[in-house]
Amino acid sequence: MADAAQPDFEPEIIVFACHYCAYAAADLAGVMRLDYPSSIRIIKLPCTGKLEVIHLLRAIEAGADGVYAAGCLEGECHYLKGNLWARQRVNHVKKLLTEMGLEPERVEMYNMSSAMGVRFAEVANEFTARIKELGPNPVKRKGVSPYAAAREAASEIALPEDTDTVADQPNRPLAPLATTKEG
Amino acid sequence: MITAERKPFDKILGLVGESKKVLVAGCDTCVAVCLTGGEKEAEILASELRIEAGMNGRETEVEHTSAIRQCEWEYLDLISDKVDQADVVVSLACGIGIQSMAEKFATKLVVPGVDTNMLGMPLEHAVWLERCGACGECVLGETAGVCPVVRCSKSLMNGPCGGSHEGKCEVKTPEGEEIDCAWHLIWERLKAQGREDLMFVDRPPKNWSKGSSGGPRKMVRVEARPV
Ligand code: SF4
Ligand code: SF4
Repeated sequence: MADAAQPDFEPEIIVFACHYCAYAAADLAGVMRLDYPSSIRIIKLPCTGKLEVIHLLRAIEAGADGVYAAGCLEGECHYLKGNLWARQRVNHVKKLLTEMGLEPERVEMYNMSSAMGVRFAEVANEFTARIKELGPNPVKRKGVSPYAAAREAASEIALPEDTDTVADQPNRPLAPLATTKEG
Repeated sequence: MITAERKPFDKILGLVGESKKVLVAGCDTCVAVCLTGGEKEAEILASELRIEAGMNGRETEVEHTSAIRQCEWEYLDLISDKVDQADVVVSLACGIGIQSMAEKFATKLVVPGVDTNMLGMPLEHAVWLERCGACGECVLGETAGVCPVVRCSKSLMNGPCGGSHEGKCEVKTPEGEEIDCAWHLIWERLKAQGREDLMFVDRPPKNWSKGSSGGPRKMVRVEARPV
């Protein structure tokens, strides 16, 4: 089991952020020069609805101390219900972790709009504090980078960090994009 | 289709025991369609087993694979290399697939990762209902296409019991949900078809020995046997 809170413990946290809202919110947080922990590593998805149980498990397996999905506000998903699917899957992973004897709080689902840079930073801080409280993931593998492994496991669904729009991805059979959502 | 549910994780751990090399084997047919034991689910269970081993400091190698149909010898041939390398195979196929695996690889420890529960249909996405008990002598022709063997809680064959109330059975699911009374459904549909008289015919006792009560069954299609 996880050790009790360790003051010098710097958690590694993987965030699966949707392109339209949470990733844009992260960008905004950057532009606003808001402070959030460097422990946060973001993997950009076209929509959190692409996220499956295995992607969350793989991140934990690779030693990530915490993983969360950040999608659009409920009711405002660019793909209508992707964030609701993601929430169900996150809840399922919580159940699986509990069965394994690992804290379900290590995975979470958050929602935010692209205008919510402050909220993005707040969530990053809140979640990092939560994981610090829980202590390190007992599944640490020497020489394995949780971020690299999680990215690799999610390679079929993740967007490269430098893409501006989902449509930049030539081989991605996604629905044609209309305008990006502003809020 | 055959449906199954994943066994609780601690049960699976108990079956795997101290084995150092674990193969989780899915089946890409019925159990994949019911989202329990296909390749995806095999990958998930393998990941869970690795996480658990990592948490508890055990060196356990866990791999996953899947067969197109675990219940056919030919498809098992295709995964035999992986099976050979494992100490234990956790099969996520239905009971038929698990037994085929156990028989084909008779020196290998093959354990179930699922509980096979019914012959059901997907009522809607991710919801399955039991529809047939493989009784060996189908009565759907007299019961307006509603199976009294599995859809009547008491498998009554001659009309409803006294517990049928406003279309609902007096028995509830373990979750406390109401169940449609099969004989109510049969009556309503016979009426709609103008075949109510079928409700009143005397039916001789059902020959249950044609079902699982008669011992293991065997079926041979003589005309299709190899010559
Ligand atoms: S009557 Fe027998 S064969 Fe027909 S659906 Fe019911 S259990 Fe299956
Ligand atoms: S109420 Fe209907 S379904 Fe339930 S046991 Fe009686 S006859 Fe069967």
